[in-house]
Amino acid sequence: MKLTFDIQGGDFTHAGFPSSEVKKVLKQLNIDGKTIKRIVIALYEAEVNVVAHAWKGVINVEIDENKITSVLEDEGPGIPDIDLAMQAGYSTASKKVRDMGFGAGMGLPNMKKNTDELVIESEVGVGTKVKMVNYF
Amino acid sequence: MKLREIASVLNAKVTCGADKLDQEIKMGYSSDLMSDVLTLDTSNLILITGLVNLQCIRTAEMADIKAIVFVRNKKATEQMLELACENGMCILESPYSLFKSSGLLYEAGLNPVY
Repeated sequence: MKLTFDIQGGDFTHAGFPSSEVKKVLKQLNIDGKTIKRIVIALYEAEVNVVAHAWKGVINVEIDENKITSVLEDEGPGIPDIDLAMQAGYSTASKKVRDMGFGAGMGLPNMKKNTDELVIESEVGVGTKVKMVNYF
Repeated sequence: MKLREIASVLNAKVTCGADKLDQEIKMGYSSDLMSDVLTLDTSNLILITGLVNLQCIRTAEMADIKAIVFVRNKKATEQMLELACENGMCILESPYSLFKSSGLLYEAGLNPVY
């Protein structure tokens, strides 16, 4: 099963809708609750990152028999130093993002914690691609 | 602790999920930082927060949190309540501060997450 969603940078009103839809689908597929929580928290964190930092992005989710693969590709400023961005507490988020309750530099480490595979590729001034895989 | 008791201790108004007041809640977590809420592994908890926006409801949805208390007399918007009800959550609104709300619930026997 494949699902595709568009994300607009700065649009906090709709942030979370794709993760919510994915959660509903996984529930219908009777995936274990703890696994669903890990998947949707990682996806939601990734989504918020695109809304917070990029101009726009696309999410492609593929659900197979034994795994889910989510790929988020954005057009945005990119991440100059991914190792640094992975450090808990490191953040470049704006005040607006922090006022929303995010931007504490916890997102990427939390995505790592909640996924079985996480691959981040980024080009400064072009955008970022995040691939996350969870096995059921 | 039942949601009904929590509402009573906090002098809170129930704005969504009045049919869920008999639900048992084990723990409480007070935070205005959703990033921290998203790192919790526990689910059966009530989120006590003064941060009132749609992403607060979304965070609770992803984290399987079924109840939220908005403190400092903050009011949830229509859109927030709609989303909360859709997800089967219970929303409370208390006039007390985050500190007072947390203290009263702790004293009444609600456990901390850590």
